[in-house]
Amino acid sequence: MKILLSWLNEYGDFADPTDPVAVARLADTLTSLGLEVEAIAVIGDTVDGVITARIVELVAHPDAANVQRVYVDAGDGERLHVWCGADNIAVDDIVPLAVIGTEMPNGMKIERRGILGIDSEGMLCSARELGLGDDHAGIEILPPGTPLGVPYGDALGVTPDVLLDADVTRNRPDCWGYVGIARDVAAKLGVEFRPPRPQVEADGQPATTPVEIVDGDRCARFTSTVISGVEVKPSAGWMSARLTAAGMRPINNVVDVSNYVMLELNQPNHAYDLDTLGGGGFRIRLATAGETLTTLDGERRAFSTDDLLICDANDVPIGVGGVMGGLDSEISGATTTVALEMAWFSLVGIGQTVTRTNLRSEASARFERGVDPHGMPTAIKRFAELLRETCPDLVVHAGGADEQTSHLPPAERSVDVRIDAVNRLLGTDLAVDALPGMLDPIGYTVSGSGDVRTVVLPSWRLDSTDEVDVIEEVARHYGYDRLGTTVPKSVVHGGLSVRQQRRRRVRDVLLGLGISEAMPNPFLAPGTLAKAGLPVDAITISNPLVTEESVLRTSLRPGLLQAIAYNESHRSAGVRLFEIGHVYPPSDGELPAEYEALTIVLAGEEAPAAVAVWRELAAALGVGARIDQGRVPAGLHATRSATLQAGKQPLGAVGEVAPAVLAAFGVGERVAIVELNLDEIIDRDPKPAQWRPTSRQPSSDLDLAFVLPVSIPAEKLDKAIRQGAGSLLVDLTLFDVFRGERLGPDGRSLAYRLRLQAADRNLTDADIADVRRGVEAAATKLGAELRS
Amino acid sequence: MISDITAAQDAALADIAAAPSLEDVVVLTTRLSGKKGELAALKKRLGSLDSIDDRKAAGQAVNDAMAAVDAALAARRAELAQVEMASRVDAERLDLTEFVGRPTRGHAHLVTQAWERLEDVFVGLGFRVAEGPEVETDWHNFEALNMPVGHPARGEWDTLFVDHVPPGGEPGTTVLRTHTSPVQIRTMLEEEPPIYIVAPGRVFRRDTPDATHMPVFHQIEGLVIDRGITMADLAGTIEAFTQAYFGPGFHSRLRPSYFPFTEPSAEFDIQRPNGDWIELGGSGMVHPNVLRAGGLDPEVWSGFAFGFGIDRMAKERHGIEDIREMYADDIRFIEQF
Repeated sequence: MKILLSWLNEYGDFADPTDPVAVARLADTLTSLGLEVEAIAVIGDTVDGVITARIVELVAHPDAANVQRVYVDAGDGERLHVWCGADNIAVDDIVPLAVIGTEMPNGMKIERRGILGIDSEGMLCSARELGLGDDHAGIEILPPGTPLGVPYGDALGVTPDVLLDADVTRNRPDCWGYVGIARDVAAKLGVEFRPPRPQVEADGQPATTPVEIVDGDRCARFTSTVISGVEVKPSAGWMSARLTAAGMRPINNVVDVSNYVMLELNQPNHAYDLDTLGGGGFRIRLATAGETLTTLDGERRAFSTDDLLICDANDVPIGVGGVMGGLDSEISGATTTVALEMAWFSLVGIGQTVTRTNLRSEASARFERGVDPHGMPTAIKRFAELLRETCPDLVVHAGGADEQTSHLPPAERSVDVRIDAVNRLLGTDLAVDALPGMLDPIGYTVSGSGDVRTVVLPSWRLDSTDEVDVIEEVARHYGYDRLGTTVPKSVVHGGLSVRQQRRRRVRDVLLGLGISEAMPNPFLAPGTLAKAGLPVDAITISNPLVTEESVLRTSLRPGLLQAIAYNESHRSAGVRLFEIGHVYPPSDGELPAEYEALTIVLAGEEAPAAVAVWRELAAALGVGARIDQGRVPAGLHATRSATLQAGKQPLGAVGEVAPAVLAAFGVGERVAIVELNLDEIIDRDPKPAQWRPTSRQPSSDLDLAFVLPVSIPAEKLDKAIRQGAGSLLVDLTLFDVFRGERLGPDGRSLAYRLRLQAADRNLTDADIADVRRGVEAAATKLGAELRS
Repeated sequence: MISDITAAQDAALADIAAAPSLEDVVVLTTRLSGKKGELAALKKRLGSLDSIDDRKAAGQAVNDAMAAVDAALAARRAELAQVEMASRVDAERLDLTEFVGRPTRGHAHLVTQAWERLEDVFVGLGFRVAEGPEVETDWHNFEALNMPVGHPARGEWDTLFVDHVPPGGEPGTTVLRTHTSPVQIRTMLEEEPPIYIVAPGRVFRRDTPDATHMPVFHQIEGLVIDRGITMADLAGTIEAFTQAYFGPGFHSRLRPSYFPFTEPSAEFDIQRPNGDWIELGGSGMVHPNVLRAGGLDPEVWSGFAFGFGIDRMAKERHGIEDIREMYADDIRFIEQF
């Protein structure tokens, strides 16, 4: 909400716009009330060197499509030439001209800088360039008859002012109007609050416009007041200036007053030309499916049966309830009598229509948050009072319509407030007698005696319904900065859960192994899972931003492969990445079968590198799993991958990504991979390792090499050796693998070093011979042959 | 005799002093030292001396000479060992700036780094860390947080819906959580107060990515539920966090704001030592309706909640201009941190 300070000062003496200290103090007060001031702009500070000039001639230049040549007269009859990029100007318009040498508010200095070899003798200015407001759509056009060659500030009657940009939260519908803001600030500062008290009587001859509300849950109140003696013409300068500064373009006195009342009292309203209003009345109903209306913005729109239309008495739509009027029902220069609509619409209904049609307006923004359901009588009088300033013959007719339905919030709502509850929540020590002083000025009327008081809630604060809402008002006006700073008294201990500690351990191990953490997008493009050779069943986003990011990943693999491809394309080969993140496979349950996964990818490395990483991780975490090459996980290399199997439970996979998948992802390097379901691994700490005494006896090493067909896993030979060696074996290392022609295509030699040691004595040659015999026997049984 | 002994000793000492290597000292030791050495051999001639006194004196002289030779051998051995070690060390000289290879340390994601730092600070303040699913029910994400169906504030969350349908449920009721606040509800339903938790996690909004926004980002949220918790406790906890995380020169303030799930609600700002204020996050006293949704009686329990973005903390700490850089997974970026 843009707050023009001079306008706000109408309702209380808040701050002198020319006193920066007072302005800053006011901004702080607004912020302390929850109306966060995000910007303070000084406007109307006249720029020296900007004078009024009349456009004499417009000339297009064949080589410059976006700019035109403009000749102006700055009052001395001389033709000055300027270039101008705006297209809202016409001959005889009076415009602000910044002459050569002028320094603009944004620091730009006007120079005799031309284009296409033709000089510019100055610059025509927009409202924003002059610091007059936000409008930068075109050149500021001054009212006809403005004297030429005078400083534009004098011509406009502009005085220095301040525009405060305050953020209004959803619970403060009242602050979408100046009066609501003024009420709050006046209460906080202890300044006298002067809301408008319009003294206009509906004393004209009775004139009614029949109103029929068909869908009373959506429109709970509709008032229509007939006002005659209207003469459509430009507004007075002060009103145009205020609306302009507030970011609204002045149109004519009727529309301007309508907007002014909306900004002042937060009561959107609409004036219809009664003479062209079909049937001379209103019918408020839901649209029929596909019913169309051309709205004020010139768009022809189709509506659904959930959208509320304002129709004339002939049931012809003339507006979208609470959102925007129809193009055809606009008042015209010939209008003399208007039917003034002020209504109250269901907040939810407006919100739905706005979302569905993407049609929004100053009015819908207010209705959606909740305007005062009982503020119409004052707003109607205020409308008439302001319009009468330009239409002295204006008459407000008696007998206006005021239809209300049972869905209208009651005028008087109240709630009991316990001082005890206030202090308990805020940590304060307020006396119950302090409540009226804080609440009455903002319209929460406190009555009763004792520790529980009845508070009548203001009709303009529909967000307030419960005791806690009133407590918040107390906190705001007491001051958040005056609440103490204590810390909770309970004795609690903080800490990470086992899962969180083990997750950190996983990460530490991987970082220590030189693998970095990536965080690819969890949303995949349709087809990406198939491209990765993974099952395609997945959950999709119903309203994705882009289709390329609409499938919830069921695996971390595609994202990491994309990361490798990206890095390869930037000449970073051999990246080693991991991700710890959630995946979301579909399920029949209340929620998807979401779990936490880990994937490690090593670009340019082969499957054994992945196995090495897995073994480190398994050792660090105290988990074990069988490398089951009989089960090749989907999308992985058929002869170089395995499922990690813990009992009957698969924990993950290890190996290499299938070459076809790499090709599909545009990855040029081999990719070694480890994948784990962390849910299966990190939730529980394993039993602490138990101490085994280290023997002090000398040890002896025995090196044995076996020929083992590749069809038999080395793991089995490991096992056979351990079994055959018996209790003297304290360590077994595979230290060499050799394949050669001599061993045949299916053969390989595996060389092991066995470290032998007895707990209580020196080893003898006989001991070693025994071990050798035992190992050989076990290996032979497996199909391995001891090489001598 | 004595003169022979002296001469032998002098000769031996001269040989030792001249020994060029440890191997030569070993040879000399064999020749000169011990019972079979050249000096010991002189003892055999003692019998040829007539006087007991002469024999005694000469015997003493031989013993002294042997001791002197042994000492000289030991000294020469030590001296040569030192020379040898020094020359070996000298021969092993390396240029340590001649570095082949590349650093092998992995780098944690910046969000993780910020996430863990925040967790550690809150753990130090007595909080536990809670987690929850990223795909959530509409009930946990909105309804239980005082945003029933049709609540206008729902629109501000730019929710992403997914096509999962719970058994017997309606389509459109499963969402990608828009904040970590559903963890509040899950914790309240699962645990008895007192509750002192922070919930860091991934959240989702239907937001077009730009320099400061990502549709997928991270938040951390705090929740305290206990008897007699006041808004002053909220202010005090935020202040304690501010000083613990940012440093002793930093301070915090609360100012009124609006969130459906807290009342009174407050934004909290952090003041740098230079006096500048930075907006950090939202907070407030847990709304009675939220306590009720969590199965707690607001007349017995009260509490506060607060939350803010993790990504921004990482972004600002390292001066990253565009948040999208953090999610490009470009190794040249990752290895900077």
